[in-house]
Amino acid sequence: MSTVTNVQPDHFEFDEISEGEIATILAKYPPERKASGALPLLYVAQNQMKRQTGSAWVPTVAMDAVARKLEVAPIRIYEVATFYFMFNTKPIGKYHLQVCTTTSCWLRGSDDVLSACKKATGIHNIGETSEDGLFTLSEVECLGACSNAPILQVDNDFFEDLDGPRTETLIEALKRGEYPEPGPTNGRHGAEPEGGRRVLLEETGSGQG
Amino acid sequence: MLSDKDRIYTNLYGQNDWRLAGARARGDWNDTKAITDKGRDWIVNEMKASALRGRGGAGFPTGVKWSFMPKGDGPAPRYLVINGDESEPGTCKDREILRHEPHKLIESALIASFAMGAHASYIYVRGEFYNEARHLQIAIDEAYEAGLLGKNAAGTGWDFDFYLHRGAGAYICGEETALLESLEGKKGQPRMKPPFPAGAGLYGCPTTVNNVESIASASTILRRGAAWFSGLGRPNNAGTKLMAISGHVNTPCVFEEELGVPMKEIIEKHGGGVRGGWDNLLAVIPGGCSVPLLPKDICETVLMDYDSLRAERSGLGTGCMIVMDKSTDIIKAIARFSQFFKHESCGQCTPCREGTGWMMRVMNRMVEGRAEIEEIDMLEQVTRQVEGHTICALGDAAAWPIQGLIRHFRPLMEERIRDYKRRHGGSQQVQVPAGTPVAAIAAE
Repeated sequence: MSTVTNVQPDHFEFDEISEGEIATILAKYPPERKASGALPLLYVAQNQMKRQTGSAWVPTVAMDAVARKLEVAPIRIYEVATFYFMFNTKPIGKYHLQVCTTTSCWLRGSDDVLSACKKATGIHNIGETSEDGLFTLSEVECLGACSNAPILQVDNDFFEDLDGPRTETLIEALKRGEYPEPGPTNGRHGAEPEGGRRVLLEETGSGQG
Repeated sequence: MLSDKDRIYTNLYGQNDWRLAGARARGDWNDTKAITDKGRDWIVNEMKASALRGRGGAGFPTGVKWSFMPKGDGPAPRYLVINGDESEPGTCKDREILRHEPHKLIESALIASFAMGAHASYIYVRGEFYNEARHLQIAIDEAYEAGLLGKNAAGTGWDFDFYLHRGAGAYICGEETALLESLEGKKGQPRMKPPFPAGAGLYGCPTTVNNVESIASASTILRRGAAWFSGLGRPNNAGTKLMAISGHVNTPCVFEEELGVPMKEIIEKHGGGVRGGWDNLLAVIPGGCSVPLLPKDICETVLMDYDSLRAERSGLGTGCMIVMDKSTDIIKAIARFSQFFKHESCGQCTPCREGTGWMMRVMNRMVEGRAEIEEIDMLEQVTRQVEGHTICALGDAAAWPIQGLIRHFRPLMEERIRDYKRRHGGSQQVQVPAGTPVAAIAAE
């Protein structure tokens, strides 16, 4: 459950890009079931806020706009927007740093990642935004990439196999306006063992006899 | 141990092209019509004969589940819903299918939907898997472009649409009816059962909900035959399974392995051994955080499959293990799960909504040792009161890790409490600081 901020813009309207996305989304569901578009449309609204204001969040007026599109009561959208963790109901920084601290990441050093985030951004507590407005720091539950722990999710991208120093390097790069390649930060390609695959050693092969 | 020729997921590591051309080269979409031409009943029976058990954690036979869909063609549409809300801590296997084998999933979804009379399938992918969903959407678009989806999909004569729907950060949406609620645009709160989804699921229509891996395995099983799949593994624990290792091993990874292989062998082979050697092992959580942990002596001999782990009062779950070496504060490791379940409880049922918070607060005191010995029993009792008293299994999942901890590490918990007392003035009752919840004080 997230709380809604009191400081709200007084107007929100979907722009042309968003309208295009909405048309694609609503084509997926039976016309009489367009309420299914609640989550996708909230993403559309959040992304539009990011485009327009630099901060990815969903103000109440945007929830109202979603409700109008889907022809449902506004409360149906409010309850959804506050139930799901990924909708920010208050403004956030330019980059959303989301540190996974659940056990698999914790065992591999998520405490170091969290400290490095605080040190490099100057943020003291989880949930705060840095003074320069660049970073908001959140603690998140398991991100589902545990074999590449510990993980820092920056906006939509996973940075994997981190440690303290590599986390600081990443954040310093973000401060300079660079955006490093997401994925493992220790030379791995995907979820294979570090040092190379132990199975599937043939380059090709159908595997389906 | 499984040999490469028997692997279903041959592009598990994304070492080759994951897009349509690469998938075709690996055998996906190869004469799909030949499978559907054998008919619905043949497909369902072959899946039953393969003895594939659901790969999402519960282990219910997939073919049997498919057979629950109403026979014949009713007036209502039917749906196949694929559960890609992989959020169980420790679990990271479906992610590899979504990003590296998307076509195996889409083709299998077509075959499964045909077998169940569904013309549309939705896949619900957890919101955090943004890039994985991006890969899948590219694969869907490619498949439409190539005529593999849509009208007369892949030349099978069956019209089939496949839609991607992203979640938004709620573990509970991995519960099948919560997933359906979420897909309908509501809060992810599980439904009362019955009716089961096969009778009234998505939009009130007959629906089957399957895990990503259960569905994605179908095309290969049907091509190579049920006998091939059921010949792997052990009786009632057939086939291959995607597994993962995280935590204190030298090389954490995801891999496909035959069921029924000793856990120790798996940790040595795929995980590169426990950090600091096997004797440095403390405990393993074998299949995602909901299943109770196993101490080292059991890990020496236990096999990785449904029945062997169940016999040790744990479970295979998702098959993704968390390994902990002797440096681990095991009480803290489990307390973190209690925090997880408290965060993810949907709040619908009182035993879970209140119980998860209560268990977390007591577990946090157990980490410090700021508790009474008797409170260990009380904690155990409360887990029994939550377990089985909620609409869905989240309450059970919150209770089991704590029960496992108490079962195997009670002496450690007692020692921590005694140690706290020694450091804080003798054997008297510990001072309860201001602000401690009333329930905790009443217990002393």
